[in-house]
Amino acid sequence: MMSSIITIDNLCLWYGNQQALKNVSLDIAKKSITALIGPSGCGKSTFLKTLNRMNDLIPGVKITGSVQYEKTDIFDSATDVSELRRQIGMVFQKPNPFPMSIYDNVAYGPRTHGVKGKAKLDDIVERSLRDAAIWNEVKDRLKKNALGLSGGQQQRLCIARALAVEPAVLLMDEPTSALDPISTSKIEELALQLKEQYTIVIVTHNMQQAARISDNTAFFLLGELVEYGVTEMLFSQPRDKRTEDYITGRFG
Amino acid sequence: MKGKKKSFETAVHGVFLLLGLITVCCVLLITVYLIISGIPAIREIGLIKFLFGKTWASTAAEPSYGILSFILTSVYGTAGAIVIGVPIGFMTAVYLAKVASPRVKTVMESAVSLLAGIPSVVYGLVGMLILVPAIRKLFHVPDGASLFAAIIVLSIMILPSIIKVSVTALEAVPKEYEDASLALGATPVETYFKVSVPAAKSGIAAAVVLGVGRAIGEAMAVMMVSGNAANMPSLFQSVRFLTTAVASEMSYSGGLQRQALFSIALVLFLFIMLINATLNFFLKRTKER
Ligand SMILES: Nc1ncnc2c1ncn2[C@@H]1O[C@H](COP(=O)(O)OP(=O)(O)OP(=O)(O)O)[C@@H](O)[C@H]1O
Ligand SMILES: [Mg+2]
Repeated sequence: MMSSIITIDNLCLWYGNQQALKNVSLDIAKKSITALIGPSGCGKSTFLKTLNRMNDLIPGVKITGSVQYEKTDIFDSATDVSELRRQIGMVFQKPNPFPMSIYDNVAYGPRTHGVKGKAKLDDIVERSLRDAAIWNEVKDRLKKNALGLSGGQQQRLCIARALAVEPAVLLMDEPTSALDPISTSKIEELALQLKEQYTIVIVTHNMQQAARISDNTAFFLLGELVEYGVTEMLFSQPRDKRTEDYITGRFG
Repeated sequence: MKGKKKSFETAVHGVFLLLGLITVCCVLLITVYLIISGIPAIREIGLIKFLFGKTWASTAAEPSYGILSFILTSVYGTAGAIVIGVPIGFMTAVYLAKVASPRVKTVMESAVSLLAGIPSVVYGLVGMLILVPAIRKLFHVPDGASLFAAIIVLSIMILPSIIKVSVTALEAVPKEYEDASLALGATPVETYFKVSVPAAKSGIAAAVVLGVGRAIGEAMAVMMVSGNAANMPSLFQSVRFLTTAVASEMSYSGGLQRQALFSIALVLFLFIMLINATLNFFLKRTKER
């Protein structure tokens, strides 16, 4: 395997008394796509949100174990959470553009991180929208409200917004579950392109999607990591009986 | 049997309609009455002279009925209350809606409700006994009963409506917006002010307009702390508002003076109508989203 960018070791997470992640250990390879699969409620979103510490916002969450991002512990008290989230971006299941113009949506992150000057921002906005494969569709309406875009366009705008702060990792939580097949395949193509520059971790309920785009796949069940390996191997010769049941559809 | 049931339904509907019409009739009645009784004096005095005349001397041998001083006092008083009350109310609302722990929030929100429930005469009394003497000492003015005292009292009185409406607007901001902002590496405070507040802006604007309405319509409390002399407004001088102008002379007025008081009430009424229209505009915009 290639060098890893995130190393998760013995991660456990509780919502109050309910344990949602149980001793999860895995390495996420740099500039690759890692797919997280598993039945509803098995902890995929929880795991994803742990990586950029979005779980901090939920009261009563307790975490043990370690997550190393580029060799530093993300739970260390010295870690700058905002900077961590800048480097580990996130795309949510439901497209959630801000109720502002398309331009302002993309410029929001860079502005927040102190980028000033119109030329510079124009540049970032165009590059991000191009990278998210939506530039041609919106270049004539950058000042229009983003809520006027279609669902698929909104999701790509959200990807552009995430890219605008130059993250190293992109976490995507079922980014295509609310989209039609055409928008879905656009985002899948996009993910494959983005892999050249970014590390992508994607949650999906769609087995074909995981098989099509990911390099490695992790199968979760009831908060446990059941199996983790190269996607082709996991789908063709699963080692665990539960994995086999799940991917062949005899499960959940 | 069926016919009986149906006629009962019709009767109930009729009763509801009748009760609903009471409100509508009251509004219509007041509007028509104000217009009918407000117009004659304006006609006799002349609209320009009435609205822009600087002297109000209703009991002088040669009476003069200019209400510019009242209009300006009401406008300045309201503006002053907004300038002081809105930032405080707005910040409190952001704190309550986004930052405060549930316990602090419960306590503070019931305090705000209590503030809203205090009768205006009590505000006037406390203002008279504490605020007015304090202003006299603090600013070394001969009399603390002034426009300034009225502004302070009004800005406290409008706090509850500003806070409540703003909190509601801020709480209605979808959490997804805030999550998106935080996930981009914005801090919580940056998120409140750059995402939550802009997303709630029409609701917050409605809160401000509601505050304006409260302030401009208040009579009792301002009468008790503003000295009630018909001067052109000045911060540390005794002044008279549109509301207090009507209230203070009505009991002993007669003839043209009395009619002029109705005209003042009409002007006040038009101000309130304008404010209500603005409020409806903002509320509609909030709903549409
Ligand atoms: N905020 C929360 N508070 C309490 N429990 C939670 C919270 N979020 C998730 N859980 C619980 O944690 C477990 C894992 O949830 P999670 O959302 O991570 O599942 P998931 O694999 O993403 O499911 P899905 O495929 O339906 O999105 C579930 O049992 C869920 O009920
Ligand atoms: Mg999920």
